Amino acid sequence: MTQTFKMDEPLPRLLDETRQGLIGTPMNRPDGPLKVSGRADYAADRLPDGTAHGVLVRATITKGKVTRLDESALAGIEGVVAVLSGPNFVRNPAQGMAGESPVQPGPRVDYHGQPIALVVAETFEAARDAAQRLVVEYDDAGGAEVDPDSASEVETDDPDATGDWDEAWGRAAAKVDVTYTTPGQVSAAMEPHAALAHWDSGRLTLHGSQQMLRFNRKELADAVGVDPSEVRILSPYVGGGFGSKLGIGAEAVSAALASRDLGRPVRVVMARQTVFDAVLRRTQTSQHVRLAADADGRLLALGHDDLVSNLPEESFAEPTTNASQFTYGAAALRFQQSVARIHRTPSGSVRAPGEAVGMVVLEAAVDELAGELGMDPVELRLKNIPDTAPLTGQDYSGRRLADCLRQGAERFGWAQRPKAERDGDWLIGCGMAAAARKNMLTKAAARVRLTGAGAVVETDMTDIGTGSYAILAQIAGELLGLPESKVEVRLADTDLPGASGSGGSFGAGSTGSAVFLAARRIREQLAAQLGCEPGELTLQDGIARGANVEKSLADLVQDELVGEAEIASGEAAKSHLSAGWGAHFCEVAVHAWTGEVRVRRMLGLFDIGRVLNRKTATSQAVGGMIWGLGGALTEELHHDPRTGHIANRDLANYHVAAHADAAGRIEADFVDDRDDWANPMQSKGVGELGISGSGGAVLNAIHAAAGVRIRHLPATPDKVIAALEAAGR
Amino acid sequence: MHTQLDVNGRAYALDHDPRTTLLDALRDHIGLYGTKKGCDHGQCGACTVLVNGRRINSCLTLAAMHDGDEITTVEGLGEPGALAPLQQAFVDCDGYQCGYCTPGQIMSATGMLEEAKAGDPSHVSASLSGDVALDDSEIAERMSGNLCRCSAYPFIRQAIHSVEGKE
Ligand code: FES
Ligand code: FES
Repeated sequence: MTQTFKMDEPLPRLLDETRQGLIGTPMNRPDGPLKVSGRADYAADRLPDGTAHGVLVRATITKGKVTRLDESALAGIEGVVAVLSGPNFVRNPAQGMAGESPVQPGPRVDYHGQPIALVVAETFEAARDAAQRLVVEYDDAGGAEVDPDSASEVETDDPDATGDWDEAWGRAAAKVDVTYTTPGQVSAAMEPHAALAHWDSGRLTLHGSQQMLRFNRKELADAVGVDPSEVRILSPYVGGGFGSKLGIGAEAVSAALASRDLGRPVRVVMARQTVFDAVLRRTQTSQHVRLAADADGRLLALGHDDLVSNLPEESFAEPTTNASQFTYGAAALRFQQSVARIHRTPSGSVRAPGEAVGMVVLEAAVDELAGELGMDPVELRLKNIPDTAPLTGQDYSGRRLADCLRQGAERFGWAQRPKAERDGDWLIGCGMAAAARKNMLTKAAARVRLTGAGAVVETDMTDIGTGSYAILAQIAGELLGLPESKVEVRLADTDLPGASGSGGSFGAGSTGSAVFLAARRIREQLAAQLGCEPGELTLQDGIARGANVEKSLADLVQDELVGEAEIASGEAAKSHLSAGWGAHFCEVAVHAWTGEVRVRRMLGLFDIGRVLNRKTATSQAVGGMIWGLGGALTEELHHDPRTGHIANRDLANYHVAAHADAAGRIEADFVDDRDDWANPMQSKGVGELGISGSGGAVLNAIHAAAGVRIRHLPATPDKVIAALEAAGR
Repeated sequence: MHTQLDVNGRAYALDHDPRTTLLDALRDHIGLYGTKKGCDHGQCGACTVLVNGRRINSCLTLAAMHDGDEITTVEGLGEPGALAPLQQAFVDCDGYQCGYCTPGQIMSATGMLEEAKAGDPSHVSASLSGDVALDDSEIAERMSGNLCRCSAYPFIRQAIHSVEGKE
């Protein structure tokens, strides 16, 4: 058994000593050629002989019971095989890292759009037709509450607070007391959720689109009632996750159940509309922010309360004020959350849960405070960086927030920025915001095998577009002195050592560290063979040097050297607060007559500790920034006020950013750092940091350009025009 | 029903349900899974292929309507070890993350470059006639039917820029 390494204190910076020169480089993704030539197999990209097609049926009531599935209307449809429902059906996807089946409600319906049955047929066309014609009879309970603002069941936490609020608030020279709202949002990964299941002698194999296989295996096993050892999941390519594929959902469970019943492979691919209905959304929020400062701009009080929503029985609540709790310091702090229990599609993790909506609002409110004080917003932020984490008293680990603010401002040309200028019918202005996102280390295992021919990395880690294939090859190659062409990375198969999975931006740091430790074990073995201390060993381009001996790995490694390692969070996470940091700068043009907002340029400068791959990290950061832009300007779920169902459940009506929305110059870069308390590689997560605050920079730029504050997101033209009119412009 | 398709230079005789889309015919009948389904409703562009040289959303058209047509899918452009310049440019510029929208982006860009060469104007073109200068805003406009939720947009356009005029 490999023993688990606990991250209790910093390790020497081995990656700064190694010689291969692979880590940190902008290496191309090794999976790239397969992806650009259409040869990377995603979950639905296969149809073994005899596969039946399943299409999910949704509930069209909000609350009640299914009393009968009337199949008589299907009689004339050729090729219908079965209609399945039953006690194992799941209501919604498992929340991230649940490790057990999501709620299995039986005939009970808890939201409009809930998957209630699967129609299976010989062809996709027949299954789709039959799913639409199936007549469902209900016992409609009626009266379901679907509006968070009028919900009768609201759970309110005790506030997290420190300091004397009334005293601090009372002596302020400048104050902001504002309420912002953000609408529901969805992940909308381009690959719809898909699963192909088949059973062989009581053992289930599932090709799925999942982010966290170690947990998904347990969730699926629990849902279908078998031991996890009887379940194998493969997800070598995942067409985007963003939280929507953290847990096992209706497509996987129904495919597994149908395949077991029918004794043949079954493929279930959610229609895009089903992805909207039956996959966890991001909650809408209402956020009350209060800021008070003295005349010098030092924060005296910072309060951030929020109202979110979820279904009864779902434990997840958007951690809206996560970053608000540790980014700035103030004499008095107060954070309080309320959760309204309503019957809409349940909510869960969507990329950067918490920061994606919380930091937009906090950073817009801080901009309002800068306005009240007549102070430069960069200056105001620099002034309020605390010495220790305000609520917990923890020390910060690497934190280059001030450098991101200063250097970002410099590179953007903040001091020379256009201020409320006019370019024809366009009003021009610039805004900025800070970024912060907690960095986590979570349990992960990996194995590295070294032969004379090269190394193989094995772990059930996924690559959801994040670059796992690239960075894990770089880590192993760097430690073992091998060029990229000599390292193969095998991922996303539950038969391999259990990784962290992709979520919470902890994948690279956690699983990467497991690969690091596994490769370090091999280094120790090589040093012993060479007769030197591990510290004296040098590995480069397949050559090992130490104790005045030089040998090629081909000579040194007769058979195969295997290193396996597991890492878990330890004391370091308690003693130190590790986070990714950054600053966004943005220039927008607001159309004076139509209210249209165009982002002209955007710069994000981030501290993510050691950069593992400059190319993929930049892509992640820019992608996050564009998510923030979309959240600020276009993304919004609309719910039917009677039934709560999602009215704009497709990509024509739910507006994710398109090329033309992101047509400005959008750039990201990093301040190079080492976060010794984060993990053995001194790296930090990047996938969600780019979203944190970026929408706030857009909102603040709108204000700078047009003099209006849009406090109800997104800033669509109708709201901008109304605000312009109200301001008499 | 029966349809004859010429896909990437190879003839396929299909026996299929009349409701089968061109997209599903390519994927599930022919086994060319490079063309992706993101929405099945013409809203995302993941299913873009060339039909007789023009780009089209293959989810919005029935296989039966393409008897005898020449179809090019992403597999037909190149393969690992022998990638087309545009495919290689996507790898070099990191013009993707998850890769799911990528075949559609690449096929759409391939068709788009031809349209621009032929002088087809777009919504942002200064003039309805004459040569088209493919600057960033032209490319962004012409590629806006291809969504990328990973938001690799700047890098996708960099990749397109890098091959423009070279092929
Ligand atoms: S799948 Fe055809 S446009 Fe989306
Ligand atoms: S690369 Fe993931 S959707 Fe474009």
